[in-house]
Amino acid sequence: MCLAIPAKVISVEPGGLAMIEIEGVRHKASVELVPEAEVGSYVIVHAGFAISVLDQEEAQGTLKLFQEMAEMAAETPHVGDIG
Amino acid sequence: MKFISEFREGALGSGLVRRIERLSRPIRIMEVCGGHTHVICRYGIRDLLPPDIQLIHGPGCPVCVIPQHEIEKAIELSTRPGILLCCFGDVMRVPTRRGTLFSLARGRGSVKMVYSPLEAIEMAAALPDKEIVFFAIGFETTAPSTALALKRASSQGLANFKVLSTHFIIPPALRVLVKDSSSRIGAFIAPGHVTTIIGPDAYCFLADEYNRPVVVTGFEPLDLLQAIMLILQQAAEGKPRVENQYTRAVRVQGNRRALEAMDEVFEIRPAIWRGLGLIPGTGLGIAPAFAPWDAEKAWDLSQVEPAPEPPGCLCGDVLKGVSQPKDCSLFAVSCTPDSPVGPCMVSPEGACAAHYRYRGA
Repeated sequence: MCLAIPAKVISVEPGGLAMIEIEGVRHKASVELVPEAEVGSYVIVHAGFAISVLDQEEAQGTLKLFQEMAEMAAETPHVGDIG
Repeated sequence: MKFISEFREGALGSGLVRRIERLSRPIRIMEVCGGHTHVICRYGIRDLLPPDIQLIHGPGCPVCVIPQHEIEKAIELSTRPGILLCCFGDVMRVPTRRGTLFSLARGRGSVKMVYSPLEAIEMAAALPDKEIVFFAIGFETTAPSTALALKRASSQGLANFKVLSTHFIIPPALRVLVKDSSSRIGAFIAPGHVTTIIGPDAYCFLADEYNRPVVVTGFEPLDLLQAIMLILQQAAEGKPRVENQYTRAVRVQGNRRALEAMDEVFEIRPAIWRGLGLIPGTGLGIAPAFAPWDAEKAWDLSQVEPAPEPPGCLCGDVLKGVSQPKDCSLFAVSCTPDSPVGPCMVSPEGACAAHYRYRGA
């Protein structure tokens, strides 16, 4: 019920319904709670309702941070490696 | 960007793990979402951490925190003539004194599994001679869907649709946990999807009044590692606050439409949590304006008595973070996912089920 993973919006129909795709399988979901959802958006769906639209820029910012940390870790010796 | 594989890139985890090792200090960090419990076990996050950092599971699995007698109320309704009970699949296998909802679905055919309350609404419209009862469970993530279903029933005048509500809300339960000295919680990994609805400010009291770091967190392994790192950073700085790691999904204001629908349809009431007992302000009953669709108003269920915990079952302590699944003498012996004794072994979001499934992983 709560193991929600991102779903792609395939089409938006009248009446607040949308066709979404999760791991290649299509389902119907309500987008009443996220009117900003459009075709191509990724949404989080719980109990047949999209509750949030994922923000691409924010996601890229988080990934960039991970990348920087991985690069820093590669450059700096690990405390346990010294001596 | 598919928002999944990018956040599972193992090479990117090394930087986070290094940083965590440098900042490591003795701390107990509680996650309060079954989704996080699942990810922690599935990806062996614990094995990546220094031994000083303990991850403990909280009451984040909605099926696990429902008291047995609430499920027995649903069972009672499903045995009455003319009623078809609709519920999510997770709750159907929880054992009670009267069997499971699953056994009733197979036997009498008076229970039906649904993925969304809207399916129950459609059923009510298609079967006007039946009373369709939706057994509404879950936290702030599913409560808005029940609210919208009730609003639809009201606007369509569906008199044969009812809701049996056992929705819970999270923040006041965290206050009880942080004050409970047996749990010894040093920081919280806050539930990402609940927070898409309520917004991160709902947890400010944990930082302001109890000096605990709180990080609202996403559901991929790198999200969990970053959250742990942010918690350790806050602890090192000595400045506990609420941080939002899951910025791609969680907005500061939450989801206003969902909150408005919940406000309109529900009223806050005390609720009994399995393991935690009665907590004021954590239950969502149905507001008087929607009383015609309230199953508890339509039928007298007062004869369903509270149930004792199954003998030997430690689910109550597991839900408070006091015990780990392996501390329970029933774990993986007489209690398994195929034959669960307690609710934490039933749902994939339950701590016992996650530990069982990924043990030795």
